Amino acid sequence: MQEEVQKQAFGSRAVKAPRITQGGLLLGIGLAMLAAMLIVTIFAPFIAPFDPSATSPDSLAGASARHWLGTDSIGRDVLSRLIVGGRTTLLITITAVLIALVGGLVLGLLSGYLGGLVDDVIMRVLDVVFAFPVLLLAIAVVAALGPTVPNLILTIAIVYTPAMARVVRAPVLSVKQWDHVEAARSIGMSEFRLVLHHILPLVVSPILVATSLTLSQTIFTVTALSFLGLGPPPPDPNWGGMLSEARQFMELAPLTVIGPAAAIVFATLTFIVLANGLRDVLDVGSV
Amino acid sequence: MTALDPAAIVEELPRPLLQVRDLSVRFPARGEGKALKAVDRVSFDIGPGQTLGLVGQSGSGKSTTGRAILQLQKAHSGSVRLLGEELTTMSATRLRQMRRHMQFVLQNPYSSLHPRMTIGQILREPLLVHRSVPPARLQERVAELLDLVSLDPGMMQRYPHEFSGGQRQRVVIARALAVNPDFIVCDEPVSALDVRTQAQIVTLLQSLQERLGLSYLFIAHDLAIVREVAHRVAVMFRGRIVEMGSAAQVYDSPAHPYTRVLLDAVPVPDPVRQRERLRRAPPDLHFLEGDGGGCVHGTDHASSNTAEWHEVAAGHGVSCRYWPSR
Repeated sequence: MQEEVQKQAFGSRAVKAPRITQGGLLLGIGLAMLAAMLIVTIFAPFIAPFDPSATSPDSLAGASARHWLGTDSIGRDVLSRLIVGGRTTLLITITAVLIALVGGLVLGLLSGYLGGLVDDVIMRVLDVVFAFPVLLLAIAVVAALGPTVPNLILTIAIVYTPAMARVVRAPVLSVKQWDHVEAARSIGMSEFRLVLHHILPLVVSPILVATSLTLSQTIFTVTALSFLGLGPPPPDPNWGGMLSEARQFMELAPLTVIGPAAAIVFATLTFIVLANGLRDVLDVGSV
Repeated sequence: MTALDPAAIVEELPRPLLQVRDLSVRFPARGEGKALKAVDRVSFDIGPGQTLGLVGQSGSGKSTTGRAILQLQKAHSGSVRLLGEELTTMSATRLRQMRRHMQFVLQNPYSSLHPRMTIGQILREPLLVHRSVPPARLQERVAELLDLVSLDPGMMQRYPHEFSGGQRQRVVIARALAVNPDFIVCDEPVSALDVRTQAQIVTLLQSLQERLGLSYLFIAHDLAIVREVAHRVAVMFRGRIVEMGSAAQVYDSPAHPYTRVLLDAVPVPDPVRQRERLRRAPPDLHFLEGDGGGCVHGTDHASSNTAEWHEVAAGHGVSCRYWPSR
């Protein structure tokens, strides 16, 4: 049975030439979307047509050749704020998920590999964190620590670590019983090397998919926090904050809401497409 | 037949490489049941260059015995001494060093090789772990190992999935040989292979034994193969060794009823005789149920503190449990 599982998990590796499968196409689209987003974000100050904080007299203007997405209530260019605001939102999202990933890897590997009491303690503590609704927990932590960028990153990382740890732990539980791990142990390898070389490489696929999915959820959490007034303080733009400010003038200038909303949808979609593409290409079952 | 005291269970070899005494392994029961005695007071010696064949049906504790000797499974009680050193109480660090002397060949060559490492990387690993070869000589040693198991050293860059079962098992053997061990546990090393490949692997193991002076614990359920490779044979049933002796003694004059059942179960390669055998009434196997009962010779082993073991000839012993009641 183990052979079959192994074959299922790694059979696709035997295929040498990259084929354009549905999964491959999906992964390509996801990567292209991610690349576009990252390029715009990294070069934001050069791409943005206006200073995102500069006000002008024509407030709440509609779309025009000068302001493609119009201006907000105090006359700032929506497009420029969108481009620069993506920096804050994506910085918080990606850094937080990376920290959650590292935390999840350490806890998940420890828990899954050592098992027994260590496993019980780690998983029960994580269950406590897991039991809170994500947004509620995030609001509580940010409210306690204060809404600065590092605090937001820390908060989101804490909130998503339990989920990552579970995703890591599950395949470790199965892989650690495979014959090649026993063979490695009988050679006299240190536990550290064993986990690093003989277990971790075989659980990477589901972790990659889960990371991408978590990114899409995190975008939502980050913008929701900002929308609720717990994001980075103004005047620096961010997507959630823009949405919140523009909400009152929705009827007068719909573009001020549609702009950031579309950006959030695009970012979320990017990570979902990426996750689905990865899942198909890496041949991971449903995660 | 006489009862023996525990120390004299096995004929004492001049200087055994491996000495197993009263080794027991228990698996805790789920819920409230009794713990399962997977291995129950097993004792034997293996001398340098010798092979002990361990036979028995599935679930008799053969593999668990092998894993307990290699300390991959925690023993409940008993002692395992390799090269005079006690393994069961050894520190983890010392045990890792000691693993240089004892290696493991697993049953399934498809799953015992890391699917994402090349053959070269797989063979380099034990060398790196034990620093047995200077880094400059690694490549050379890996080629040497592949040559030793009759594989082309040019295959170093390939992945396990590019090999057949027999070739993979050669790689597994080469990995076990990498650190020049004295003792190898071969756990059903050929049962996952087809018959022709089985013969090749068995021949390879035998020639390696001659050239390198290896000792094997050869675990198998195939009686014919064990007779081919083993100097001595131990028959296991329900976690106990019920009979042990030289291959000729056990196969030609089996003393324990369970050994006879095992040998009788081997089909005869003559359709007429085999058909006739199948027509005969199945033997009464009732005596194999339960916990083995008391001593068939009426000896009270508990009060005289002797092992449940009786010698029928020099070096040929048999357990007094699991006999048909008279």
